[in-house]
Amino acid sequence: MIDAPRSIPDFTPVNLVTGFLGSGKTTLLKRMLRSPALADTAVLINEFGEVGLDHELIERIDDNMVLLQSGCLCCTIRGELADAIRKLDERRASGAIPPYRRIVIESTGLADPLPILTTITADPVLRHHYRLGLVITTVDAVNGMSQLDRQPESRKQAAVADRLVVTKTDLASNDVVLALVARLRRINPAAPLLRAAEQRLDPEELIGRDLFDLATKTQEVRRWFDEEAAQSAFSPHRHEHGHPHDHDRQSAHDPNRHDDDIRAFSFIFDDAIDWTAFGLWLSMLLHRHGDSILRVKGLLNIEGEAAPVAVHGVQQLVHAPVHLEAWPSADRRTRIVFICKGLDEAAIRRSLAAFVFEGRHARA
Amino acid sequence: MCALCGVLGGKDHWTEPLGRESVYVRAHDPAARRRERARRISEANAILRLFGLSLEDWQADSYILRNSTGKSEVVGDLAALWPLAERLLGRSLDPLDEGTLERRERLND
Repeated sequence: MIDAPRSIPDFTPVNLVTGFLGSGKTTLLKRMLRSPALADTAVLINEFGEVGLDHELIERIDDNMVLLQSGCLCCTIRGELADAIRKLDERRASGAIPPYRRIVIESTGLADPLPILTTITADPVLRHHYRLGLVITTVDAVNGMSQLDRQPESRKQAAVADRLVVTKTDLASNDVVLALVARLRRINPAAPLLRAAEQRLDPEELIGRDLFDLATKTQEVRRWFDEEAAQSAFSPHRHEHGHPHDHDRQSAHDPNRHDDDIRAFSFIFDDAIDWTAFGLWLSMLLHRHGDSILRVKGLLNIEGEAAPVAVHGVQQLVHAPVHLEAWPSADRRTRIVFICKGLDEAAIRRSLAAFVFEGRHARA
Repeated sequence: MCALCGVLGGKDHWTEPLGRESVYVRAHDPAARRRERARRISEANAILRLFGLSLEDWQADSYILRNSTGKSEVVGDLAALWPLAERLLGRSLDPLDEGTLERRERLND
């Protein structure tokens, strides 16, 4: 359930709706905000080109809205985005506006999601009162395939998504929709995928639950790997001396040739993981290769801990790791999914093994 | 501020996050934090020695990073470790590099 309204959370989640131009971000936002469950949502949009029209549409929906004046919600206006959230925060604190419980930012089509996300975690004030929520990416069923072909930003938006929403499915043939869904699944196997035109969009499904929601965090993590496992069902599966199992969704027989630069793969480890060694290794990896690691999601069996720890990150940005109260299933193995651009899966697997799992002699 | 510094800056490195409900915190009390700090230095040195670097504690607040010629840098927290290590080395520090992996695997054997 979405939290009871009108109390201010310790850390207000900031969600991002992104997607290519004309992919239905604003329409989706309108549908979401129509739900009484999301009434206590503040919305941030920026006015630029077609988004001016979006603003006209959205203004009638919610009064808790700040317009960003810069043209593009990209790296150039991080300061302005932080200022906008601070102003909202001040107005909430003073009682000038109702106590919103979440923020949704609608980005422009070409915006790289990362600078927007880092705004929250980099700002010395915001980081103590706000946290990252979910990235919701809309993909247009009619034009999505060609956008994925032509626009690297479009592929990146799909890769970093926590939720993928395929829009305009009623305007495209079933074959086109199925091909697009299959392609999105290869780019991002761990995110739930919704069809906007055919499904009743549950606001909880979209932004009501995330990893930091105490009531549903285990369920959220289970979904990461349920989605990923469904994609792995027909993929090669190797088991190497009790350590990594590989799920590679881009085998030699994969008909998809467009997304060669973005690949998703996962590792499963039977052994418990050393948190300190893992933290050093991942921070070192992200320092050097963070630009190419679009997503990492892990359910970790930590040495000395009875329950698992979930970690997830977007490029160099790593969310605070979350301690689950219990394992989501009987499977107690560590599972890590990477979505990478141009990085060698075998090298990452080898590095993880060398620095984390087989490094006990090196540490001595 | 670069994204990495922003994300990992201050004492809010993701391996030792803010104390908020449900977030995983490795070291709950001062003694555990000291043990974890010592472990972290030991683990970091197992990596840094591959590059001729070493890390030591400095008053339980910062770290000193040295190269083989004695040149040193003060490291505020883990977030700054890898950029400063690269500055001391004068080259990138890559956990996927073939030579680095071979050296690490030899140490593991």
